[in-house]
Amino acid sequence: MTTPTAVPATGNRAGTARRRGNRWLTQVGWRHLVAVLGVLFSLFPIVFVLSAALNPLGTLSSTELVPTAGVTFGNFGELFQRTAFAHWFLNSLLIAGVASFASIFLSALAAYAFSRMRFRGRRVGLLSLLLIQMFPQFLAIVAIFLIFATVTDLWPGIGFNTPWGLLLLYMGGALGVNTWLMKGFFDTLPRELDESATMDGASHAQVFFRIMLPLVAPILAVTGLLAFIGTINEFLMANVFLTSTNSKTLAVGMYGMLQGNERNANFGIFAAATLLTAIPTVLVFQFLQRYIVSGLTAGAVKG
Amino acid sequence: MSTSLSGSGPAQQAPGRGPVRRGLPRTSRTARNHAPITATGLAVKVVLLGLVAGIAIWAAFPLVAAEHWVGLGILAATTAGLGYLYLGRRHIPAKYLVPGTIFLIAFQVFPVLYTASTAFTNFGDGHRGSKDDAIVAIQTSSVKQVPGSAQYSLSIATQGDPTTGALVFLLGDPKTKEVFAGDAGGLRRLDPGQVESSSLTGKVTAADGYTVLNIGQASVRSKEITDLVVPTAGGAIRSNGLTRAYEGRAVRAYDAGCDCVKDSETGRTWTADAQAGAFVAADGERLTQGWKVNVGLQNFSRVLTDDTISGPFLGTLVWNFAFAIASTGGTFLLGMLIALALHSPRMRGSNLYRVLLILPYAMPSFAMLLVWRDLFNTDFGLVNNLFGLGVDWFGGSWTARFAVILVQLWLGYPYMFLVTTGALQAIPRELTEATSVDGASPWQSFRAVTLPLLLVALSPLLISSFAYNFNNFNAIYLTTEGAPFPADNPTNGATDLLITYTYRLAFGAQGAEFGFAAAISLLIFTIVAVVSAVSFRRTRKQEEVYS
Repeated sequence: MTTPTAVPATGNRAGTARRRGNRWLTQVGWRHLVAVLGVLFSLFPIVFVLSAALNPLGTLSSTELVPTAGVTFGNFGELFQRTAFAHWFLNSLLIAGVASFASIFLSALAAYAFSRMRFRGRRVGLLSLLLIQMFPQFLAIVAIFLIFATVTDLWPGIGFNTPWGLLLLYMGGALGVNTWLMKGFFDTLPRELDESATMDGASHAQVFFRIMLPLVAPILAVTGLLAFIGTINEFLMANVFLTSTNSKTLAVGMYGMLQGNERNANFGIFAAATLLTAIPTVLVFQFLQRYIVSGLTAGAVKG
Repeated sequence: MSTSLSGSGPAQQAPGRGPVRRGLPRTSRTARNHAPITATGLAVKVVLLGLVAGIAIWAAFPLVAAEHWVGLGILAATTAGLGYLYLGRRHIPAKYLVPGTIFLIAFQVFPVLYTASTAFTNFGDGHRGSKDDAIVAIQTSSVKQVPGSAQYSLSIATQGDPTTGALVFLLGDPKTKEVFAGDAGGLRRLDPGQVESSSLTGKVTAADGYTVLNIGQASVRSKEITDLVVPTAGGAIRSNGLTRAYEGRAVRAYDAGCDCVKDSETGRTWTADAQAGAFVAADGERLTQGWKVNVGLQNFSRVLTDDTISGPFLGTLVWNFAFAIASTGGTFLLGMLIALALHSPRMRGSNLYRVLLILPYAMPSFAMLLVWRDLFNTDFGLVNNLFGLGVDWFGGSWTARFAVILVQLWLGYPYMFLVTTGALQAIPRELTEATSVDGASPWQSFRAVTLPLLLVALSPLLISSFAYNFNNFNAIYLTTEGAPFPADNPTNGATDLLITYTYRLAFGAQGAEFGFAAAISLLIFTIVAVVSAVSFRRTRKQEEVYS
């Protein structure tokens, strides 16, 4: 909070007496200073990960911020040889991809009803969603474990160690997280649009699929991306759920790499795995950055 | 929930899309009913309902086989309800709400209610099943070999994977040549036609549907084999090495007359205590196997009255609030500061800055938490190396707390930076320009115009960020794991949040206390819900939100 106070002293009034350079410093220069400090703070752990991934020794104790002992891609090769990283990567992409797509779709459906229709129990429904969302779902993990123990007995195809069971579980949280946000998006769309479509004879489904969904599509993509990142990072449920090596997700598998005695020795391949995991999200992030800014606040402001 | 949402029901004069056409004549309803049924719409409907029916039939077979009639009933009712809902033209809101609600009820509401109900029981290690289960467990675990015990040849088998599948004893009776399969559920006779056994020893070498483990595979799992007890009418069968088994006699037996367990060797008795759910001897000694009973509010009162719990609990609660406020406030302040710095038409290169600044947000957070844990490593961590320090970060309470908040700051501020940038762009420039024309200093205009507008726009996000950080399990579990712990209390560390503390209670090495953990979950839920409700009310956005 101290830096903004530095701004006013200059302004338009005092500036005339001072030299140009001084004015640049107080009006623009401090902004660059803050931004550079922020970037340094943002980057140094990431640079460290990069350096560890390229470190030929591959241990934590030998890793410096700048790789001094040479550069090698051996850690990446070792990652694929020694662990089931390819499996984990595909599992994570499958689970996170399907889960985020399906949960966005489910909450878009619900948000449409909450935004455009009036019915008994609407208020109660909205409030209960808010409340249920606040209950930390994984504290119910004992109950979930018991439920899925039964499910595994009956239908092994959707039980433990399968991506489908975990997907179903993630679907349970779909409504709570995104419905409110999306209701905000739908509320920002002018009602005249769907009114006129209805007057022209469009059914409620046509209004939803042909008019509303295309209009919020960019925002949906952003929400989907956030859901995707959230699912990739989900650790606890997946850790209970997936125990066999080939069924693990990235979070569970990579957590195992740093357990026990291997912690120091495995750091290089862990860092390599971290970088590979980050590539898809970082890329999509940079593409969607613009929409993220407008998307999140559109929901928040009008929410 | 679905019933209360199932549309306007009799109130058809206010049909689903009522307010959309507020003030218009009632003709709208006929308009909707005249909306043509398109071929694609119909096809999609048929395909999806067919899919639902197919899944229901697929799911029904195992339910029938296992004789789960209640489950079958729920399945049939759900399927029929879906058919009714989507084939009819009424209950339009429900058509949009039901798909998500089904998942919500099955995988969130139901487990949560189940958890809530265990908060009033002593469910946990030693108190898992019914009283009968406890009696069986006590009797079988007291089995000893006595002279004259029946002997069997033993083969270890499984119906699953040799390294992980549940173990089964294949037992050959040397006298009658009969073969049995036994596991913790009891003994079953096997049809001689399905079994191949060695003619010399009677040992089973192969059986239909079972994989017989070789000696190497079996010796790896010898601990499990020793622990496997097959209950029989007169006692139980246990292994004696990897190739022989005996049927022993239970030393301890339950006597229904006195509702107690008697030890026939020592003569001690343990009487059932229905309140504690355990068998208790006269001198207060308890048998470890008890059963699940309702304990009322005891779990909740324990938090307040038990000194070993209430003291640390209060400390954890205070730290939990401090952590959530510091994480939310810190990320917001830092994010806002940088957003303000970049928010200027004279600022060059702001796009490049933005790309670099949000990188932490795009990195996988679980992995970066583990990396940060190692950055704070005392001996070869980068933080100590870089600044030439020798601090044992996770060893001291305050350094550990500082470290986890710093990590949260790093992970969280790019998000706050992004949303603040968005909100800043939404504030009309005329407003700030007007203040400067009126002679306000930039600081005054920030305080009086920008900040209030920012807070109005971002307070819902700040509240949900607070709720998220209040229960931020990963932030602690993947870094300090709650450390440092005081010497006298290994269950409650200095950086423990309520949620990691609860997790340790429920799944920790001390033995599971699910009932107590569930009680604390309910407390956490209440706290977060109250804080959020109060702050939502204070933002006074309530009416707009519900409009």
